[in-house]
Amino acid sequence: MSDTSHDPNQMTGAAMIVRALIDHGVQHIFGYPGGAVLPIYDELFQQSDVEHILVRHEQGAGHAAEGYARSTGKPGVVLVTSGPGATNMVTPLADALMDSIPLVCITGQVPTHLIGNDAFQECDTVGITRPCTKHNWLVRDVNDLAKVLHEAFYVASSGRPGPVVVDVPKDVQFATGTYHPPRKSDVHLSYTPRLKGDAGQIRKAVALLASARRPVIYSGGGVVNSGPEASRLLRELVEVTGFPITSTLMGLGAYPASGKNWLGMLGMHGTYEANMAMHDCDVMLCVGARFDDRITGRTDAFSPNSKKIHIDIDPSSINKNIRVDVPIIGDCANVLGDLLQVFKAEAKRPDIKPWWQEVAKWRARNSLSYKKNSDIILPQYAIERLFEMTRGRDTYITTEVGQHQMWAAQFFGFEEPHRWMTSGGLGTMGYGLPAAVGVQVAHPNSLVIDIAGDASVQMTMQEMSTAIQYELPIKIFILNNQYMGMVRQWQQLLHGNRLSHTYSEALPDFVKLADAFGCVGIRATKPGDLDGAIQEMIDVRRPVLFDCRVAALENCFPMIPSGKAHNEMLLPAEANDEATAAAFAGGKALV
Amino acid sequence: MNQPASAYFMEERHDPIETHTLSVLVQNEPGVLARVIGLFSGRGYNIESLTVSETENQKHVSRITIVTTGTPMVIEQIKHQLDRMIPVYRVVDMTLTGRSIERELAMVKLRGTGEHRVEALRLAEAFRARVIDATIESFVFEITGNSAKINQFIDLMRPLGLVEVSRTGVAAIVRGPEGM
Repeated sequence: MSDTSHDPNQMTGAAMIVRALIDHGVQHIFGYPGGAVLPIYDELFQQSDVEHILVRHEQGAGHAAEGYARSTGKPGVVLVTSGPGATNMVTPLADALMDSIPLVCITGQVPTHLIGNDAFQECDTVGITRPCTKHNWLVRDVNDLAKVLHEAFYVASSGRPGPVVVDVPKDVQFATGTYHPPRKSDVHLSYTPRLKGDAGQIRKAVALLASARRPVIYSGGGVVNSGPEASRLLRELVEVTGFPITSTLMGLGAYPASGKNWLGMLGMHGTYEANMAMHDCDVMLCVGARFDDRITGRTDAFSPNSKKIHIDIDPSSINKNIRVDVPIIGDCANVLGDLLQVFKAEAKRPDIKPWWQEVAKWRARNSLSYKKNSDIILPQYAIERLFEMTRGRDTYITTEVGQHQMWAAQFFGFEEPHRWMTSGGLGTMGYGLPAAVGVQVAHPNSLVIDIAGDASVQMTMQEMSTAIQYELPIKIFILNNQYMGMVRQWQQLLHGNRLSHTYSEALPDFVKLADAFGCVGIRATKPGDLDGAIQEMIDVRRPVLFDCRVAALENCFPMIPSGKAHNEMLLPAEANDEATAAAFAGGKALV
Repeated sequence: MNQPASAYFMEERHDPIETHTLSVLVQNEPGVLARVIGLFSGRGYNIESLTVSETENQKHVSRITIVTTGTPMVIEQIKHQLDRMIPVYRVVDMTLTGRSIERELAMVKLRGTGEHRVEALRLAEAFRARVIDATIESFVFEITGNSAKINQFIDLMRPLGLVEVSRTGVAAIVRGPEGM
């Protein structure tokens, strides 16, 4: 490194950045070089502690870092240049903010004296990224750089995790200053995330839980983000109380899908039993979820007769959409630990046998059923087979956004947290492929599968090239129905079946495309061929593009129609034309 | 069901709208005001008035006073959203304290001669407004008070030749010995 004096802490800004990465235990970063980050790339070149993964588009770097972060619990790190490099990162930053994923993004900036001059590849990075980061910094003095970098890592990964941006002008990268290792005083005095829940509130919660007759636990991504201990405690709580549990899309895996108290996912495409339990419960324990609109349906009819307990690390999640009775602000693991302790010491598990009998009736409706077909592959069947054939393996799943994502959530059972990477809040098509790259970088020997759709996967397809370069054997399992299926589903249900621009004309031949990238292409068109093809995909130690040709017009059910409550779900068995028309008032001509 | 076909749940809430004055202590650093204002515009909150100035020079602490309107749920959200910003130390809902004093300062320019001029001076005296600039055909008054008083003064000045008004926006502080 380019030290200019005998003081080992005297170094250039660029060297400080690499040094800070090392001090924070960063092993991999995802990035793309450019004019405003050249000094940093020069430093990267001269060391071997941090491995840089070169992507093909900055958005790919962002999603790869998100996948890396979600599958490891460590912050993902991105390095991109100024201007377009930074603006291309906006989508992953917004995505990470919505899903509370810790990202540290370092952007190059034009030299300080050119800022504001419309210089080449200049943009107002901190201005543009302000609303899509947890916090961001423009570093104008090299002597502030160490402090800012350390604070950036702390802010990204503490409290409710999220993305941060550190914008570093090129002259600051060149300038020499004093580095210091991470220390407590690097952080704003005003930033003090609360971890421990209020004891009085926890007592109130326990009293409610102990008096419940129709309880339900509703857990979310916060449990996963809190770390493995939170998931362990959640499982223990279910065990100790005997309560049924459902989860949001983001929270899958915190409680195992094979667990006997599991109701399946809730929400718009959740199971009937999960949504009915939410609607009819008398006590709801929400752990690390945020009553998102895909979960609640119409809020004025949301779980009308329940007392609600809400555990969340972010006070702004409390009473945002749904008014709750017992808010507890704190980290999930922390609060669950305290809550369990109090419950075990002071409460008795309530008798909820009649409630379980009701749940059994809802379960018997078999809301995820679909009509089997021996000629064409149904997408649900494809996911079921994929799940069966990867059972017992060390598997990570990422997804794109759309019908395939919902089918993956419904039909792939997750036993552990950190195994399921999906864009929940922002709903970013194109997330899954680069996310799989990031996951595979973190877990080189695991089976990493992106369950994709034919439309989504084309948004970030270029990252296959990254997978080839770094020999990352990711599997892109494309449920190819030649439509933007979820958008089409809404057009069928709500817009008179006028399929405006949702047919994927001119799809590439994915097998030939695989060949062009230098990876393996596999196609399955018949249900009978599926198992063999999946096995081939699993066995080959190279990246795979799997073109799974599925029924073109299959739709995703069950479903809570817009403007309806949890107990007004449309089940697949009932989703004929008339029922659908009735459910989607407005009564437009349907499928 | 009369909502238009939509992938979102359309709902209208008819909770009453309240006006609250919030005091926000922030680290005075570049971009902090942009963060606060961006929060309001980005999340669709209202700003009726906003004042900001550094108040503790050594500690680089600024105090922002925001007058905002919204339903009780929105007001609660605004406070939480402000509070979770990294450079924000504290958010106090001055309205909820019930003991807050609110003042703003206005400079009011008037142009006129004869009776109007005399009447304006008379009213200014009643409102304890001071003359801080005068020509033979104009006055600039300085008036301090709560927003309602200033509104009233401006309304009275309008027919007397009001030219323009410059207002500072509301500053607020809680009565009694304790700080925020």
